Amino acid sequence: MSFKSEFTKGIIKENPTFRLLLGMCPTLATSLAVSNAIGMGLAATFVLVGSNVIISALRRVTPEKIRIPIFIVVIATFVTTVDLIMAAFVPGLHEVLGIFIPLIVVNCIIFARAEAFAFQHGVMDSLADGLGMGLGFTLALSALSAIRELLGTGTILAFSDFGFAGFRIFDQSLAAVMAILPPGGFITLGLLIGLLNWVANRNKKRAQEG
Amino acid sequence: MGKLLVIFFGGVLLNNFILSRFLGICPFIGISQRVETAAGMSAAVIFVMALASVVTWFFQHMFLIPLGLEYLQTICFILIIATLVQLVEMVIQKTSPPLYQALGIYLPLITTNCAVLGVTLLNVTENYNLLEAAVNGVAGASGFAVAILLFAAIRERMELSEIPESLKGFPIALITAGLMSMAFLGFAGFRLEALFGVM
Repeated sequence: MSFKSEFTKGIIKENPTFRLLLGMCPTLATSLAVSNAIGMGLAATFVLVGSNVIISALRRVTPEKIRIPIFIVVIATFVTTVDLIMAAFVPGLHEVLGIFIPLIVVNCIIFARAEAFAFQHGVMDSLADGLGMGLGFTLALSALSAIRELLGTGTILAFSDFGFAGFRIFDQSLAAVMAILPPGGFITLGLLIGLLNWVANRNKKRAQEG
Repeated sequence: MGKLLVIFFGGVLLNNFILSRFLGICPFIGISQRVETAAGMSAAVIFVMALASVVTWFFQHMFLIPLGLEYLQTICFILIIATLVQLVEMVIQKTSPPLYQALGIYLPLITTNCAVLGVTLLNVTENYNLLEAAVNGVAGASGFAVAILLFAAIRERMELSEIPESLKGFPIALITAGLMSMAFLGFAGFRLEALFGVM
């Protein structure tokens, strides 16, 4: 597989959130607003790329039996780095995401890519895989948050860290607050995955008939 | 005493780990097809979360804070949890084979259960003392147990119902969890502090 195909597979065909169904906790918890989603997505992408590259580079000297603790230490190092960087440069966002930044350590997407991909492939392929998966995660998270932010607050793309209140689409009084409460997260994600399954099934059926 | 009760009921009902804090969703969806397996997982999680809360509390207050190394929290806590899970697995295997039979396969999965790391980090941010941290661990895990047992019971029923093709499996599970979470929102009206006389 080439660099490009390793990169693009994570975005649609093997999207970690919608197709592989990995990393649900941060997806549900940090999808209140697009700004949170982008922050979380980029933080996870940074960790994913870093850990994929290091684990892939070390794969020949890593003993099979203790690979899991080694993965944990590599991943946790990158998570601590991104945690400190965010606390310094985007303190507002860091506050909102709270414990979900350190919890990137136990995000199944990162673990799954380390175990299933980086440990068996070369450095460049792992880099592409990390970038693609990270971007796929960011896009999925942003799509979910765009729906929740719009329904729950009536605005879209508010970036409070940069003093931007977002575009108001409809009045606050019409907003369904339920969308940004926990139930809204579960239900919106469920319906979104259902919709994507429906599209995938329909395309498959068409391909068979045609 | 009052504060401990507030922490406990807060963790189980008001801030349920799964349904309102979104911690531990993977095992919640993954291991909830049968009530029996859900019960096994819950027991293992309660045990590990209580233990992890206590051990990380000691580590935080005896090593990290005196040495000024709080930024190493994440790395240290996850390693402690991973070690603890291994240790618990070995101890149970030696001392109680039937319990190992029941919990064995769930134990390795707990390391990557974000509820466990989550509770230890929350103990730090909330500045709990040792007893409060232990109660918070048990409460969080009990909340997990309540949610996963209810959910498993619903899913056993759901197998018999007709579900649209595209919603089968994961999507309908999420929507069900959403409705449960909505029901748990009702507990948000409880004034636990007033109930247990803490202000």
